[in-house]
Amino acid sequence: MTEHVLAPPPTIVVPTTADLFLGFFKIAISGFGGVLAWARRIIVQERKWMTADEFNELFALCQFLPGPNIVNFSLIYGSRIRGPAGAAAAVLGLMGPPTALMIVLGSLYSRYGALPQSRGALTGLAAAAAGLLISTAVSMAEPLPRKGIGNVLIAAVAFVAVGVLQWPLLGVLAVLVPLSIARAWRRS
Amino acid sequence: MKDSSGTLLTLALQFSLLSFLAIGGAITALPEMHRQAVDVYHWMTSTQFTQLVAIAQAAPGPNVLIVTLIGQQVAGIPGALVATVCMCGPACAVAFQTVRAFHQFKQSRWAIALQAGLIPVSVGLVGATALIVARSADQGWRTLLITAATFAITHWTRISPLWALGAATLIGLSGLV
Repeated sequence: MTEHVLAPPPTIVVPTTADLFLGFFKIAISGFGGVLAWARRIIVQERKWMTADEFNELFALCQFLPGPNIVNFSLIYGSRIRGPAGAAAAVLGLMGPPTALMIVLGSLYSRYGALPQSRGALTGLAAAAAGLLISTAVSMAEPLPRKGIGNVLIAAVAFVAVGVLQWPLLGVLAVLVPLSIARAWRRS
Repeated sequence: MKDSSGTLLTLALQFSLLSFLAIGGAITALPEMHRQAVDVYHWMTSTQFTQLVAIAQAAPGPNVLIVTLIGQQVAGIPGALVATVCMCGPACAVAFQTVRAFHQFKQSRWAIALQAGLIPVSVGLVGATALIVARSADQGWRTLLITAATFAITHWTRISPLWALGAATLIGLSGLV
């Protein structure tokens, strides 16, 4: 992060309700293939609403809570800064415009998805999207071996049960999550 | 859609439950969405599901918006809105309350164990998602090549994945896959 070398010590900017809406709106429309990278760039570097450490801390928390993590993030951050109005502004900025766009894309798909050209384009796009997902999965898996072979084993069991055998998720989680947390508890 | 309010209710219930399974990102709930939409309710084929995932990945916005597309295919615009709101609302309300309570306990042993224990499970689920999506995207060696090339570009270069998605779409459009 070379831009910090010459920059003055970071000063935190407190966004208004309108800023929250516009900021999360920008994150949403920039975020092709997921929004995490853009959320960090816009919130920490561009608008200086949080330091990098504050961002990591809140994001880590949101990631292991249930629900879409970036939506959790916008809700919690918006409400910390501006109360209920801030929470609403952040969530609407993040979700409103992309939901509308998605509905338009969905209607196009319903109408034209079966045409030969669309089928071809979608087949190509789907193959590339699969490659993108594999890359996300590999990036997430890379740090696991450093945290012990048990973690690799648990990830492998989850992968085989849900991905290969396609067992119902709820049952798999009901067994694996307590096991994994108990393991982490013993080692902590 | 003979019984549209019944369908909306099913959507609302399924996605409210699914939202609690989305630990570590909306992507971790994809295998279960696939199972429900394709195998349990027969809302769509596996190929259609994969195409919707591809559209959701390519379009800007949070990954969770795949549920908007599924809801819309099942029950039109009301379905899209119900699926989106139910996927975000209940779980986020729980998360919101938990963060307030958690803030003072985040250094405690159980909080650390909880966090450490969830990570490997969530990694396995993202891997499962990738496998399921890759399998249904597989229409022969040409599509496998596109998947492998996109993986390589995304993982080992700094080129934006958008170029790969765009190129793959054009290759498909020109009838080469």
